Amino acid sequence: MSAKVTVRKFDAVIVGAGGAGLRAAIQLSEAGLKTAVITKVFPTRSHTVAAQGGVAASLGNSEEDHWHWHMYDTVKGSDWLGDQDAIEFMCRKANECVIELEHYGMPFDRTDNGRIYQRPFGGHMSNFGEKPVRRSCAAADRTGHAMLHAMYQRNIKANTQFFVEWMALDLIRDAEGEVLGVTAMEMETGEIYAFHSKATIFATGGAGRIYYSSTNAFINTGDGVGMAARAGIPLEDMEFWQFHPTGVAGAGVLITEGVRGEGGILRNANKERFMERYAPNAKDLASRDVVSRAMVTEINEGRGCGPNKDFVYLDITHLDPATIMKRLPGIHEIGIQFAGVDCLKEMLPVVPTCHYQMGGIPTNYHGQVVVPGKRTQNEIVPGFFAAGECACASVHGANRLGTNSLLDLLVFGKSAGETAVDELKKSPKSHKELPADAFDRTLARLDRLNTQKGGSNVHESRLDMQRSMQKHAGVFRFDNLLKEGVQKILDIQKDVQQTEIKDKSKVFNTARIEALELDNLIEVAVATMVSAEARKESRGAHVRDDAPDTPERPNGRDDANWLKHSLWYKEGNRLDYKSVNLRPLSVDTIALKTRAY
Amino acid sequence: MTAEQQRVRTERLRWHSRRAFLENDLVLQRFWQKQPEVLEEMQAALLERLLVLEDHDLWELLSGRRAAADPAVQGLVELLRQPAVQ
Repeated sequence: MSAKVTVRKFDAVIVGAGGAGLRAAIQLSEAGLKTAVITKVFPTRSHTVAAQGGVAASLGNSEEDHWHWHMYDTVKGSDWLGDQDAIEFMCRKANECVIELEHYGMPFDRTDNGRIYQRPFGGHMSNFGEKPVRRSCAAADRTGHAMLHAMYQRNIKANTQFFVEWMALDLIRDAEGEVLGVTAMEMETGEIYAFHSKATIFATGGAGRIYYSSTNAFINTGDGVGMAARAGIPLEDMEFWQFHPTGVAGAGVLITEGVRGEGGILRNANKERFMERYAPNAKDLASRDVVSRAMVTEINEGRGCGPNKDFVYLDITHLDPATIMKRLPGIHEIGIQFAGVDCLKEMLPVVPTCHYQMGGIPTNYHGQVVVPGKRTQNEIVPGFFAAGECACASVHGANRLGTNSLLDLLVFGKSAGETAVDELKKSPKSHKELPADAFDRTLARLDRLNTQKGGSNVHESRLDMQRSMQKHAGVFRFDNLLKEGVQKILDIQKDVQQTEIKDKSKVFNTARIEALELDNLIEVAVATMVSAEARKESRGAHVRDDAPDTPERPNGRDDANWLKHSLWYKEGNRLDYKSVNLRPLSVDTIALKTRAY
Repeated sequence: MTAEQQRVRTERLRWHSRRAFLENDLVLQRFWQKQPEVLEEMQAALLERLLVLEDHDLWELLSGRRAAADPAVQGLVELLRQPAVQ
């Protein structure tokens, strides 16, 4: 690997071309700033494409709605761990961002009178939790896809420069902590570049691939989160991951809740309908967390299915085949393709599956990255911004409200871009000089990978990490498993530091790319395990067996000791905490209460 | 096309098999596990035609909801659709 690094200068560099990156880029390019977007894959192949549910905005097109009600639902969804200033900001900005998107050409579904059609979605309520309200705006079942297309076209018009099939490798920070850009590799040539910038925005998405069972696409390797951790930025609330109860075991492909709605039954190794014991009334239709917990308990107590007893079955063989094919189109094909099972005749293997990362790079609602400093717990890291799933604003807190993920990336993508524009326009500055060691970390990583002998296999180390995360920090968590998990993941981290690739070629070397991605995944995995082990309560998506539901601590939530954000630092593998902002921008605090649906 | 050009072409296709959502990733991963280190030219040419599709359109083909107009491309789709376990 050549040590030569070519430097290119831009006003702003954005890493990631999913929804958040594209939205930020529009803001910067339309302000006339020279803007680069670095992306591993073509923008419209980003994982935002997978978002189907829609985007939340209290437009009130179908019935009365209000941003304050949306805010209440979001705070409640977050189990009060979300920062209420950021949540108010997001919910108030939602209408503006959705209408802007409409003006960019987004083909939203329409009502008969031509307004944006809004559909109901779980957790969306009117009048502070009173009754369901139609708040989700969608474009058929291709909302994310349509959104990316509309924003990509807008960027082309605004002359955003795209660097497609480039992988960002490391953040460049100087001695004062200011961020001055990133290093990146052009896959086509294997050459290393530095993108020297006045503003650097991370929009790299989530890291759902740390889990063995994940709904995330293979590209979701937490690159921005890993880069930030290596550059000394703490990671916030990494113990909080949203899981879905039924993903195909060994594959992760989602099986819609509609399958249980149509009469699907969960069974253990004894073919027992175990949900009857956990939820005698609702049975298989109990809420997501109750079903997930029951599934994990069955597996942990030895009643899992298959040779490794590590999944349960979803049984629809008793249903009328015609009904299945009519009401659940696609499920038969998913069974055949990903489980090798004809679900009309055999049961489907399923496990709780990781879906969304709530934590990430800590930011304020302006999209600026913030870290504890000498004066406050939220000091701005100059030149550094983050938005979307890689960031933690924190609007999702301990659990995300449905359709708030697309809203998050629109609002905070725009906000990060807008703040960067304001800073660069108000006080124009030339590029700060790069420090002498700007490329050292990157070159050392590449050199290590090129010269490693007798090291570990990338695929095997990744699999070890994924299996450990699934077993030790899954949807339902146990103190002893978490403690063992911390030791295990630190051992695996040592393997990852010694990965070896056989193919040393430069051009489109996918083995090298996968090894570099694993460097990022492992940071996220360690942060998750350590943060989860330390948090001794249950809150939102972090549910511990030893923090049960009691009158003093409903649902196991311990506000006296744990109403605070976790901050994990790579250096020293240590944790710190900061308080939750319970003060909204203009309205009263949404007071703590038990989260019940 | 030289052997090196065909190798690079194969690697590029391997990367283009990283898709926007998991279903496509998994089907393509299964395909690659059964291929030689370097794809033969005809196979590579067909795969190139398939991988330029948008992910939802690709999944329409891979899930059998729609057939490709070109029989040669459809032949590759059929190969991709062969499940891991029969």
